[in-house]
Amino acid sequence: MSELKNTILDYVKKEYLEEDDDREVTFNTPLISGGIVDSFSMVSLKRFLETKFKIQIPDAKATPEAFDSVDNIIKLLQEFNIR
Amino acid sequence: MTNMRSYEEEIKDFNWAISEKELGYKAGDVINIGEFCSDRICRMGKGEKPALVWEGHAGEVKKYTFNDLRLLTNAISQFLKNLGLQPGERICLFMDKVPELYFGFLSILKMGGIAQPLFSAFGAESLLTRLADAGTAAILTQKKHVAKVRALLPDMPGLRHVIIVDDDASKPLREREVALHMEKEPRLESFPIYPAKAETPSVLHYTSGTTGKPKGAQHVHYALISQYITSKFVLDLKEDDIYWCTADPGWVTGTSYGIIGPWANGVTQCVLDAGFKAESWYRFIEKYRVSVWYSAPTAIRSLMKEGDEIVKKFDLSCLRHLCSVGEPLNAEAVLWSKKVFGLFFHDTFWQTETGSMMISNYPTMKIKPGSMGKPFPGITATVVDLKTHQPIQRAGIVGLIAIKPGWPSMFRTYWKNEETYKSKFKNGWYICGDRASIDEDGYFWFVGRDDDVINTAGHLVGPFEIESALLEHESVAESAVVGKPDPVNMEVVKAFIALKPGFQASKELELDIMNFIRKKLSALAMPQEIEFVPGLPKTRSGKIMRRVLRAQEWGEEIGDISTLEND
Repeated sequence: MSELKNTILDYVKKEYLEEDDDREVTFNTPLISGGIVDSFSMVSLKRFLETKFKIQIPDAKATPEAFDSVDNIIKLLQEFNIR
Repeated sequence: MTNMRSYEEEIKDFNWAISEKELGYKAGDVINIGEFCSDRICRMGKGEKPALVWEGHAGEVKKYTFNDLRLLTNAISQFLKNLGLQPGERICLFMDKVPELYFGFLSILKMGGIAQPLFSAFGAESLLTRLADAGTAAILTQKKHVAKVRALLPDMPGLRHVIIVDDDASKPLREREVALHMEKEPRLESFPIYPAKAETPSVLHYTSGTTGKPKGAQHVHYALISQYITSKFVLDLKEDDIYWCTADPGWVTGTSYGIIGPWANGVTQCVLDAGFKAESWYRFIEKYRVSVWYSAPTAIRSLMKEGDEIVKKFDLSCLRHLCSVGEPLNAEAVLWSKKVFGLFFHDTFWQTETGSMMISNYPTMKIKPGSMGKPFPGITATVVDLKTHQPIQRAGIVGLIAIKPGWPSMFRTYWKNEETYKSKFKNGWYICGDRASIDEDGYFWFVGRDDDVINTAGHLVGPFEIESALLEHESVAESAVVGKPDPVNMEVVKAFIALKPGFQASKELELDIMNFIRKKLSALAMPQEIEFVPGLPKTRSGKIMRRVLRAQEWGEEIGDISTLEND
C-alpha cells in the first residue's frame, strides 16, 4: 500500500509542482481544492492512473472529491481492486 | 429597490455623463483608476470599511480596509518607482489570487504603469509569448511560479525585475530578482499618483485568436466610467453588499469586475484563493454572508452536478443577486439556480476587448432563461449579416453580434498590432466574433463563435497556439485542434494527431502529449482528448480543414467540402 501511495505522491509532485515550488505535499494534502491540480489537469491525472494500473475510471467516479488527495485516490483505486 | 430603474426608463435617458458625474469626473480631468478605487473611497469617509476579505486554500484569512488599500498601494507604487520603473512600462502580475495580486494591480496603475495580468496557470511558453509581445519590464510573481519566469529570462533581456512577493529568504535571490513583502513595506500616507488622463493606457489583457499569437487588448483609464456604472446597474452593487467575483484577475472579468467595479463603488469584496469544491464555495458564501455573486456557467454547472441536497446544508439566505459571465448560460442552469437559491442567475455578455458588460440581463428586467439579455443602456448593439455586415432587421435571423464603437471601456488597440485591431471593425461596427439572433422582444440569443476559437470554461483558447506547440513534441507530424462539446465546460480542447513514422499510438503517448502541452501552455490548452489519425482533412492547397473535424465533433453538417484534398 505504501508503495502505491508513494508512486502516486511522487507523480503528483513531479508533474504538478513547479521546480522551485517547495510546498509540502503529503498523502492528505488537498490537491484540487488546494489548487495543486486544477479541474482541467485532473484529466491527465485520471489518464495516468488508467495507464499505470490498466483500468478505466468512469467519468462519474472521477470527481474533484475522489481526486482531492492521494488518500482519496487510493480509496478510488481500491474499488478497482488495486491495493 | 434596485440601482437601475426599469430597462425601458433607463435606456430613454441614459448617457455616460451619469457615470462621470457620480465619479466626480469632468472631461480633461485626471482619472487614475488606482486612485479612484482607493484614495477616493477614503475621502468619501469609507476608510475603515472592509475592502477585501481574503481566504486561502488552507483556511487562512486576511482582512483589509479601504484605508489599508490606500496605504499599501501607495507603498507598492513607491517600491516599483524606486526600482526605476517608468509610466507606460508594462508590468506583469503572475500570481494566484493572493492579496498582492489585487493590491499590485492598483499600485501599477497608481504609478502610471500598464498592468499586464496573466493567468498563473500559464506554462513557460504561454508566458514568454505574452511577455515578449508586450516588452514587459517587470513581473510580480510568487515563489511557486518563479521557475517559469527564470526559464524565460535569457529570451527576455528587457525584463529588468522579477519581483517575488512571498520570498522567505530560504534560497538566495538570483539575477534580476528582488523581494517585496507587502505587509512589511512602510505604509505610505502619500504617493505622487500618476496624473493619468482618459486616454492613458491602463491595462493590457491578452486574448487568443484563431490564427497567430495571442493579442494584447489595450485599455485606458477612462474604462472606469463603464466599469463603475455597469457594476452599479447590472451587478446592482450597494453600500452594504458583500460581493464575490469568482473570476481570476488573470482574465478580464477578474480585473474589470473583480477589482475595479466593486472598489470604485466602495463595496466590500471577498476572495477565495482555492480550487473548486462545491462544499467550500457554499461554506464561503455562508461564512462571509455574500450577497452579490458573479460567477461562470462552468462553475454553476459544476455546482448543479453536485446536486440539490448539498445546498440545503448551508444557510445561503444572504444571497440577493446572482450574475454569470464567460460563456452562454443555459436555460437549465438559470432555472436550477431559481430552484435551489430562489434567485435567477443573470447572464452577462462581454469580452476582453469590450472591457465591460455589453449585453445583459438586468435585475429589473424579465429574464428569458437561456437568453443573453439586452444591450446595456448607452450601448448600441445589433446582429449584422455575416457577409455584408449590414444590421439584420428581422427577428430570429442569425448574424454576428456587433457594437457601435465609442463606449468608454472599448479597447483602444491590440498592442503593436493596429492592423488586426482595425480588422475588427466593419461597416462602422465592432464585430465581436460571436453569432446570435435577436427575438421580437429585443432579447439576444447566443448561437456560437464565428471562428475556430475554443471557449472552454469561459476562457478563449486559440487552436493555432496549441497546434504549434504540438508540433514541438517529438512524435507529432501534424495536428488539428478543435472544440468538442462538453456538458460542464461548454467546450474542451480535442486534438487530432497524425504521428511521425516510428511512433505508435498508445495511452502512454497520449498522456505524454497531454502533459507536454499542459506544461508548455496551460491546463486549459491541454487536449482533454486526443484522437490519433492517419492523416488530416486538407484543402487541395494543403490547408487543414478544422471545420470538418469540428462539425464531426458537434454532429453538424460538414458543409462545402468541394476543396477537400481527398474527396
